Amino acid sequence: MTETKGNRDRDSRRKFLRNFGAAGTSLLIAGCSTKESNAKSGEKIKVLNQNQQLVEVDVSDISPATMQADKKYLKKKGRTGIPGRKFVMVVDLAKCKNARQCMKACQGAHQLKPEQHHINVLEMEDEKSNSTYFMPKPCQHCDNPSCVTVCPVDATFKRSDGIVLIDNERCIGCRFCIAACPYSARTFNWTEPRDAEKYKDVPYDMELNVPQKKGTVTKCAFSADRVREGKLPYCVSACPNGVYYFGDENQDLVTNGTTRETVRLSHLLEDNAAYTLMPELGTKPRVYYLPPRKS
Amino acid sequence: MAKVRNENTVLLSEEKIERDLLSNINWSNKFKIWFGFLTALLVVCLWFYVLQLRKGLGVTGMNDIVSWGIYISNFVFFIAAALIGMLISSVLGMIGYTWIKPISRIAEIIAVAFAMVAGIVIITDMGRPDRLHHVLLYGRIQSPIIWDISVVMTYLMLSLLLLYIPLIPDISLCKEKLTGLPKFQKKLYKVLSLGWAGNEAQYKTIKRYFKILLILIIPVALAIHTVTSWLFAMTLRTGWDSPIFGPYFVSGAFVAGCAAVLIAMYFIQKNYKLQAYITDMHFDRMAKLLVLVSLVYVYFNINEILVPAYKFKPSEVKHIGNLLYGHDSLLFWLVQGGGLIVPFMLLMIPKMRKPLPAMLISVVILVAAWFKRYVIVVPTQLEPYLPIQNVPESFHSYMPTLPEIAITVGTLVMVLMIISVLTKLFPVVPVWEMKEELLEEQHQ
Repeated sequence: MTETKGNRDRDSRRKFLRNFGAAGTSLLIAGCSTKESNAKSGEKIKVLNQNQQLVEVDVSDISPATMQADKKYLKKKGRTGIPGRKFVMVVDLAKCKNARQCMKACQGAHQLKPEQHHINVLEMEDEKSNSTYFMPKPCQHCDNPSCVTVCPVDATFKRSDGIVLIDNERCIGCRFCIAACPYSARTFNWTEPRDAEKYKDVPYDMELNVPQKKGTVTKCAFSADRVREGKLPYCVSACPNGVYYFGDENQDLVTNGTTRETVRLSHLLEDNAAYTLMPELGTKPRVYYLPPRKS
Repeated sequence: MAKVRNENTVLLSEEKIERDLLSNINWSNKFKIWFGFLTALLVVCLWFYVLQLRKGLGVTGMNDIVSWGIYISNFVFFIAAALIGMLISSVLGMIGYTWIKPISRIAEIIAVAFAMVAGIVIITDMGRPDRLHHVLLYGRIQSPIIWDISVVMTYLMLSLLLLYIPLIPDISLCKEKLTGLPKFQKKLYKVLSLGWAGNEAQYKTIKRYFKILLILIIPVALAIHTVTSWLFAMTLRTGWDSPIFGPYFVSGAFVAGCAAVLIAMYFIQKNYKLQAYITDMHFDRMAKLLVLVSLVYVYFNINEILVPAYKFKPSEVKHIGNLLYGHDSLLFWLVQGGGLIVPFMLLMIPKMRKPLPAMLISVVILVAAWFKRYVIVVPTQLEPYLPIQNVPESFHSYMPTLPEIAITVGTLVMVLMIISVLTKLFPVVPVWEMKEELLEEQHQ
């Protein structure tokens, strides 16, 4: 069949592009060539790949960017961290007023039911002052993640950019990761996910973890799909109170989702006596908290 | 010991042994009714499993807080019961106790039945049983689940061999002596007897293989339950995060296994009229063994509960308090007191070690052993480090649903089916070993 042959041709070109690390070739060059032959034209063109490297490829090797719909590409992308980055979140508890816009934005983006939380705003008791404060709790994206260690099939994994993701096309639904996570960060699709019909034909994007699948685990992804585009996570940009900072530990910079102010991560953590949740467990979280009350 | 045996075996002859021990091999109407009943029950339970497959694990009482419920505690229970084959045949057999000979096959049948179904139990707990092959395709050696699958499969294979190899002479006997059997059964015996001729060299060979298996099975049996305990102990959860979980589980397994063997012994002795082979002495000894393993288990329980209860670390206050005087305290004390301490104390009274009372006490112990696994698995999950908020009220507790209970009952039915078929297909008491013993006694 000609259709299968066409697919094979396209596949081999794609493989070629990937060998250059150029799988995400941008729409800029999309229309350059749509020829269906493998003959080299000899004409070279310089393009930026997803890693921000300038690479040279043969014009004839460039095909239109239909990558977004390509399941195989999405699969590979999901497992590859964004090079050179170490994502980190800082939550300023003093500013949280329990507006819950973060929870709303998150549940909307990730096709979650009302009782499923990738981020959950908890009301915590402060025993010393006998008062309460609100604590948004996303996945801590631990550097020593208990969930990843126990997963029998490598469905949940840690990327080089610090993000812990889950591949719901591989997950067998044993829920060992839920049992292992001390932060209760994971939730399960006990029945058909919300709006399953609507998302039926959407190709699975691991970085967004949509569409959700019945019988698999789901969790906060640090909005890996958004950060790849250089945007802030859904929860961070939805916050009206300036609670969240998100950024890159390697650059030592974090940006506030509300004020868009960018500050030095190390200064922010040091000046405000930042802490992580249950450091004694040795999980090494990538989410830092600034205390609810300034001393 | 010899005295007790003589009282029971003095009237035996080779012919009588063969007649008695092969008498159970027939498809009586009583058996057909029993098996039909089990099949009907299993069909109902299977219907609930189909429902679970269609609708997802949402048909169970599990939720994001208690994400492991009675399926997992049932799995732990099955693995526990499967361990007994190793204790009876292997440990006691190799020490040189000959009294275990008539009941060692019963112990092996129980081990095989529970180990076989344990694999099915774990599949009922999977959110995506259709992806079972992912374990082979993408298995990661870091995960205790992979260790568990490997050792359970190994244990099942070894247990099957341990059951089968000493069966070969008896299968051959069935082939020769039994008449009027259905065709498939004759064929089965023919294939399984592997051309057994019964000469000296062949006996030597199976005895040698048997001995190798007896040694091999000890580490594997310890491994299956230790690794199963690690499914919990390897996490950071309060109540599971315990370095003694391995021996704690293994000692508990022997309690459940001894009780299961005592129950099986009672019904096999009564139904197949084997009073001359499975005697009061066997019940007495098994009950004493049950007391011993219960004492060891109580010791581990004291360690497991008392040490954290004394320290009362902030992270453990909630969990220990919940068990000792909180929400789950009734079940906890029923299981510990009513299901372990009182029964083993009763068994210390000689009268209670007669077949009927010993069987009844074993039933109590076995039921309590099932609930003990529930107490280990579920309450811990209800006490996570961070508060449970913004979820439906039902997430604050766990109550198994009808489909969940039915599916669990279904797995127990499967165990009973396997035990029933095996005890109807083969002699329950090793014929050739009984004959050998008779010869030895006659020599003396």
